[in-house]
Amino acid sequence: MANLQMPLLEKSAIQWWEPVVWLLAFSAPWAFPHHALIINEIAIVALFAVSLDLVLGYSGIVSLGHASFLGFGAYTAALFAKWIHPDPLLGLVVGTAAASVLGALCSASILRGSDLTRLMVTLGMALILFELANKFDGLTGGSDGLQGVVMGPVLGRFEFDLMGQVAASYSMAVLLVLFFLARRLVHSPFGATLMAVRDNRLRAMAIGVPVSARLAVVYAIAAGVAGAAGALMAQTTGFASLDVFALERSADVMLILVIGGVGWLYGGVIGAVVFKLMHDVISSITPQYWTFWMGLFLVVLVMVGRERLFKPWTWMGRT
Amino acid sequence: MTILFDGIAYGMLLFILAVGLSVTMGLMNFINLAHGAFAMVGGYLTVVLMQRFEVPFLVCLPLAFAGTALLGAVLERTLYRPMYRKPHLDQVLFSIGLAFMAVASVDYFVGSQQQIMQLPEWLKGRTELGTGTPWELGMGHYRLFIIAVCAALTVGLQYVLSATRFGSRLRASVDDPRVAAGMGINVNMVFAMTFAVGSGLAGLGGALGAEVLGLDPTFPLKFMVYFLIVVAVGGTSSITGPLLAALLLGVADVAGKYYLPKLGAFIVYCLMLAILMWRPQGLFVRQGGK
Amino acid sequence: MTKRAFIVSAVAASLLFTAGSAMAQDKFKIGLILPMTGPFASTGKQIEAAARLYMAQNGDTVGGKKVELIVKDDTSAPDVTKRIAQELVVNDKVNVLAGFGLTPLALATAPIATQSKTPLVVMAAATSSITEASPFIIRTSFTLPQASVSMADWAPNNGIKKVVTLVSDYGPGIDAEKYFKDRLLFNGGQVIDSLRVPMRNPDFAPFLQKVRDLKPDAMFVFVPSGAGAALMKQFAERGMDKAGIKLIGTGDITDDDILNGMGEVAVGVVTSHHYSTSHNSAVNKKFVAAFEKANSGLRPNFMAVGGYDGMRVIYEAAKATKGGSGEALLAAMKGQIFESPRGPMFIDAQTRDVVHNIYIRKVEKVNGQLYNQEFETLKDVKDPGKTK
Repeated sequence: MANLQMPLLEKSAIQWWEPVVWLLAFSAPWAFPHHALIINEIAIVALFAVSLDLVLGYSGIVSLGHASFLGFGAYTAALFAKWIHPDPLLGLVVGTAAASVLGALCSASILRGSDLTRLMVTLGMALILFELANKFDGLTGGSDGLQGVVMGPVLGRFEFDLMGQVAASYSMAVLLVLFFLARRLVHSPFGATLMAVRDNRLRAMAIGVPVSARLAVVYAIAAGVAGAAGALMAQTTGFASLDVFALERSADVMLILVIGGVGWLYGGVIGAVVFKLMHDVISSITPQYWTFWMGLFLVVLVMVGRERLFKPWTWMGRT
Repeated sequence: MTILFDGIAYGMLLFILAVGLSVTMGLMNFINLAHGAFAMVGGYLTVVLMQRFEVPFLVCLPLAFAGTALLGAVLERTLYRPMYRKPHLDQVLFSIGLAFMAVASVDYFVGSQQQIMQLPEWLKGRTELGTGTPWELGMGHYRLFIIAVCAALTVGLQYVLSATRFGSRLRASVDDPRVAAGMGINVNMVFAMTFAVGSGLAGLGGALGAEVLGLDPTFPLKFMVYFLIVVAVGGTSSITGPLLAALLLGVADVAGKYYLPKLGAFIVYCLMLAILMWRPQGLFVRQGGK
Repeated sequence: MTKRAFIVSAVAASLLFTAGSAMAQDKFKIGLILPMTGPFASTGKQIEAAARLYMAQNGDTVGGKKVELIVKDDTSAPDVTKRIAQELVVNDKVNVLAGFGLTPLALATAPIATQSKTPLVVMAAATSSITEASPFIIRTSFTLPQASVSMADWAPNNGIKKVVTLVSDYGPGIDAEKYFKDRLLFNGGQVIDSLRVPMRNPDFAPFLQKVRDLKPDAMFVFVPSGAGAALMKQFAERGMDKAGIKLIGTGDITDDDILNGMGEVAVGVVTSHHYSTSHNSAVNKKFVAAFEKANSGLRPNFMAVGGYDGMRVIYEAAKATKGGSGEALLAAMKGQIFESPRGPMFIDAQTRDVVHNIYIRKVEKVNGQLYNQEFETLKDVKDPGKTK
């Protein structure tokens, strides 16, 4: 019996390189102060991608509307900071909680149907939220966006500065905490049942896994994490605008996750880093036609295969 | 009544654009998000032919179909075929990548402005019947033309599907490719032809729709949502499914915006959500189909 | 395992690669943030072309310093605009930020301008409230209220009393609707209904049908420039001109960029705007000729003029302050009076907004091409949003 447990436990143990990577990541905003802003953006997108991985990679729910929760968290946090209290951590909690509630409510819609159904239902949800935000422009500022969100200092001490270093560290910290929580989640018995549901729903049901309940819970949790990412976005940039709900956001995060690899949480992080950096670099070379190179990269990535992309010697001929 | 007419025209246009996607998804189980790019190619082909080479509109339409079908066949053979075995997510990534490349290329070669089509005189015009009454029917000639062409195509497609050998081969391959191959059907050929025709139809739809929907390089990304809605609601196992779904959505969209303009865009999305929650497999599913 | 280590080191390497190089101190840097991709890409193209034209015509040295134009694409996403602006200010130490194709992009960047004391020149966005978002914002484009109010002044004097407004459902559209309505009512006219079209709208049919059923004297329209063509064609297709409904609106619907391709349906449409390519002045003729030459026959539109004049304001201010920055540069921008290709204009020192003539134009065929021919001028129109 013990022999069976060992490999499972090993998988969830912390690898030696993980603390190194995280240490590097944390020092990045201070080592490269000129890039603190993009590091902040990467951290936020990585968090968003990790939240999608929870539903897509680990539970097999295809979602093209995950931005609903990103946007909901963003607007909630922004409104909270503007009208109630400017403390960032409080706003973060509120944003996360609000998005989780929304996720729990919406989970009813993703339980039935095929992949395509879920794709469209989640997409429809995001589009409806987009229109709602546009309509209630007294509250949300409509298409001009919600301006004038001034954040208080983090932990009462660290002001958000123009360089963006505090913002980047703040986002990074939240990413780290939520990442490790997610890790615990997927390597727990709960996580195991999720993967069982993903791999074969019928069989999971047959062995007594309460599929609907599990899916609802993970959807709500993922929504909460996405909401946290949204709250971070609103807080570190100081405003929230309609395009947090846009199709482009949901599509981008799915791309990012797939680039990095679904089903291992680091996929979201790696994908975020690769995508954002590529975008930035290519965009400064050719501001107008960078989408072409991005598209080419995606096509090549899929055709060659992620594993082989990093081993140029396997490109010619089949191994 | 005019609203009904407009809605039907819009719906038929959506159908022609989306039917290729529906068949591809049902047949090859391949999520091709670059479908909108084929439509765009057809549209631009028509515009370029008409503006630079003065080809008459009616001639452009079959050319748009043929050109895009050819492109589809070539791409299918070279790029798409290795993708069939890959997981859905990779297919999504791949087709989005293709769509990006298409958008940027068109932007580079033709420019990012809206392309404006000049219709021949006999298509610009309007017929009014029963003015002043609630049953007033105003029919723009162009929309009439669209309905006529699309109806003809639908009948043709249905005929091919149900009464020809190719149609039965196609249906067999959709139901079970392995068994079909085992029966001696050249599944690869079926796939290739279907993909080509589907893309050709998209190109034709793009050419027809350029007038009504506008044409610019971001066309594929803008309209992908609508195509997906049609396919999701209509199901991927028949032709009548997406047809009825497209008509329903077209009429709902137009009528909704007319009677409840404040809710304009909501109508379509809410309708879609309601339908999908009620019937997750889409409105029309064949017994034993996917 | 190796793959992950490789990825991490590749990432670290690329970060180093993109780290900024040493900056030359004696450069005057202009950070031009434009939507170069996405639905508003043509705006970005026009403004960039105009900016480069100005630099080509006036040299790349100003106030003793070399001018560096940094062009960035913000994909029309406000958080990206803000981040790019922040990076330009902090990393590249630009002297001035410019561009901004849409209102939310400008609004999002306003706090950066204030915090870093960098003048921000808005070359395209047209909502009234933008200049109030930061004391460092200057505008050289126009505001929708200027155009709408002018049309509402002209219409009642020309037989148009009952109007239905049709605008796109976003900031500038709502601005246009509000100011047109208020001014028309003030002038004794009547707005029967106000329709708003969703931004992602593929088909205008139901809205146009509704307008037709309401039977007004005219339909006042504002849609962003790309959609104008589709709208006009459907207007004609629906036989609305035959039903006696005139089409009036702000000049965005007869955008010079695509006007020529619109064909017969556009002839006779009356609009109000601050710039027409066919504006009859020596300065404009020179501008148009040079622009078309440098851009393979592309016709400059009001976006290009906003960019061109924006560069003028920046250059003159830089000359006056010998390549300065911050408050001094801003002060030198305020109050500039000059002749632009659009006509005379000045930057109001109090509101920092643009004051120029608004022309009422009609689309006519001149030498086989369609142009917006100006036939009436409303002089020195200030932004009504501020003079309330």
